[in-house]
Amino acid sequence: MKEIVIVSGKGGTGKTSITASFAYLGGKDVIVADCDVDAADMHLLLKPDFGNPKDFYSGLLAKIDQEKCIKCGKCAAVCRFDAIPIINGKFIVEPLNCEGCGYCPLVCPTDAIEMNEQNVGKLFISDIKTESKMVHASLKIGADNSGKLVAEVKNKAKEIAENEEKKFILVDGSPGIGCPVVSSLSGANFVVLVTEPSVSGIHDLRRVYQVIKKFGIKAGCIINKADVNKNKSKEIHNFLEEEKIEFIAEIPYDENFTKAMTYGKTIVEYDNGEIKKILEDSWEKIKELATNL
Amino acid sequence: MKIVLTAKGKSWDSKIDPRFGRTEYIFIYDEDSDKIETLNNAAVVSEAHGVGPKTAQKIFDANADILITGNGPGGNAKTVLESGNLDIYVGASDMTLKEAYDAYKNGKLKKF
Amino acid sequence: MKIAIASGKGGTGKTTLSTNLSSFLSETESIILVDLDVEEPNSGLFINGNLVHQEDKFKMIPEWINNQCQLCGNCQKVCNFNAVMKLGKRIMVFPELCHGCYACSELCPTNSLPMKPKRMGELKHFKLGNLDFIESKLIIGEEQAVPLIKQTLEYVDKKFPKDNIIKIYDSPPGTSCPVIEATKDADLVLLITEPTPFGLHDLKLAVDTMKELNKNFGIVINRYGIGDDKVLSYCKDNNIPIIAKIPNDRKIADLYSDGKLHNKVIPVVKKQLEKVRDYILEYQTKKMK
Repeated sequence: MKEIVIVSGKGGTGKTSITASFAYLGGKDVIVADCDVDAADMHLLLKPDFGNPKDFYSGLLAKIDQEKCIKCGKCAAVCRFDAIPIINGKFIVEPLNCEGCGYCPLVCPTDAIEMNEQNVGKLFISDIKTESKMVHASLKIGADNSGKLVAEVKNKAKEIAENEEKKFILVDGSPGIGCPVVSSLSGANFVVLVTEPSVSGIHDLRRVYQVIKKFGIKAGCIINKADVNKNKSKEIHNFLEEEKIEFIAEIPYDENFTKAMTYGKTIVEYDNGEIKKILEDSWEKIKELATNL
Repeated sequence: MKIVLTAKGKSWDSKIDPRFGRTEYIFIYDEDSDKIETLNNAAVVSEAHGVGPKTAQKIFDANADILITGNGPGGNAKTVLESGNLDIYVGASDMTLKEAYDAYKNGKLKKF
Repeated sequence: MKIAIASGKGGTGKTTLSTNLSSFLSETESIILVDLDVEEPNSGLFINGNLVHQEDKFKMIPEWINNQCQLCGNCQKVCNFNAVMKLGKRIMVFPELCHGCYACSELCPTNSLPMKPKRMGELKHFKLGNLDFIESKLIIGEEQAVPLIKQTLEYVDKKFPKDNIIKIYDSPPGTSCPVIEATKDADLVLLITEPTPFGLHDLKLAVDTMKELNKNFGIVINRYGIGDDKVLSYCKDNNIPIIAKIPNDRKIADLYSDGKLHNKVIPVVKKQLEKVRDYILEYQTKKMK
């Protein structure tokens, strides 16, 4: 079993559309894990049934028992996150500010504060239209997309992949350069970078690749909307050569990406021409790279 | 030599867990006494942050000499392991523990 | 007046709107543009101002001094983030994991872990005509955007204390802590979206977030003309004002890809930016009353 992670650094490069296409092309061989939990959009294309919902807990939150509280204010004094304001004469924890550091219960003279695991969202193991399964999550507002949630989504996907002897796990990676993306990359066999030829695209590609490089995982790159700016595309090619990143494909700008999306379809279901062919070839290439490296 | 493997189970037939920080088990093999010890890492797996160094600490405390894993630890975990003078070997992702150990013995694993 | 520009999904045009709106407004008045997407700040790629100030940004982390330490391990016990660890006869601190809660430092019986500043990113302040542009960038490997966002906002408030000046915040994407930090002080939030299923799905999340935060907000639709009309009907059904519709135009994409602003060269965009300006000014007048 091989784990392939798709990342982009920047939003709007077509990462999710491309990942969903590979999931479609891979069919029964592929278990999908949507780790882009902040903007989990893949369900719009793969039509999961939101099966097996499970509450997910991550991080801690302080809670003050008002009956035990003697209003000494020590908790508020040690809190560096302004998370314990006085409201109507009571010390109350402001959940959006609480970091879960656990300092306040340690200084409370009456043991009035306890740290509870926070319910941050739901995790689903769904049947999808490719006759396979997808693991995905929905986060509550303001909940932190922690590495733990990403790890949990991936673990579930792995468990299923092992039990059902699937060949690939396809992970739609988290954005940015922080903890969630690090967790998306952990355990990967191959990383596919999706970028676009723009100053922002290149800037973010360089930043996210620094994270990948630290892990020493082999990577390949797809340049989406490649014809929008030929000079910038060339700049990307130079970067790939410098860093020895496999070039996988260039995809021209095509409004069929959006059109397919409005029909709730992956682009390979909707488009029968050039784009479909490029994505089919890319998927074959990625499978080969992930298997032989 | 004390060899540590990140593992999905508790026997030589178990698979290597390619993840370092969130590995399910830590499998410790003492070549001198031919003894095996396994540590369940579930408590660490369930933490939200900083699992890499936490797992590394367990390996450090076990006084191991060699670590065999899949992708290799991240920066923080690496710092911990380095301070314990461990040699790290990676690339054992799809192997069983036995296969990984043999591959290490035959010099087939990459040094991290 | 503080205006945050946000979106649920990345890549919908937050930076494009922030930079072009700021550039457009600065033709007639002083504008402060702040890039708070500290993980991937991109506004600076479009604003070529003169650097007037630069400073490193620090967070406070504990540093171990070993001459008094009894290796009691209390620091490790109180840390919920695995950022402090006892390894053999030493204490190790992992700066990227530390949230700066001070627990290990203040609860240490021998004061062996004093808090010291550690660089987590840098802030730059540029000037371009009437426009002041401030951006902060997180060092790769740093995991927490919130403290840097907080400090950047503090810099801006100190430098520009007057409330009548328009401040535009280019916010991080998503609905988690960074975007909440970036928008919680804003008087008005402009949510930018695309008229596509992905755009709508993430817009709904962003709207729920703004409602939770009790924010005044309006919508700007980017790349209007692609996709479908479901964003329009969603806004109508929920009484959410659509402030402007920036058309889908290949020329905009071309300029964007080269890191160029388009508000001065594409008339239809200018017209939409005027609508945004009028909305902001009207809101400001209402607020003053």
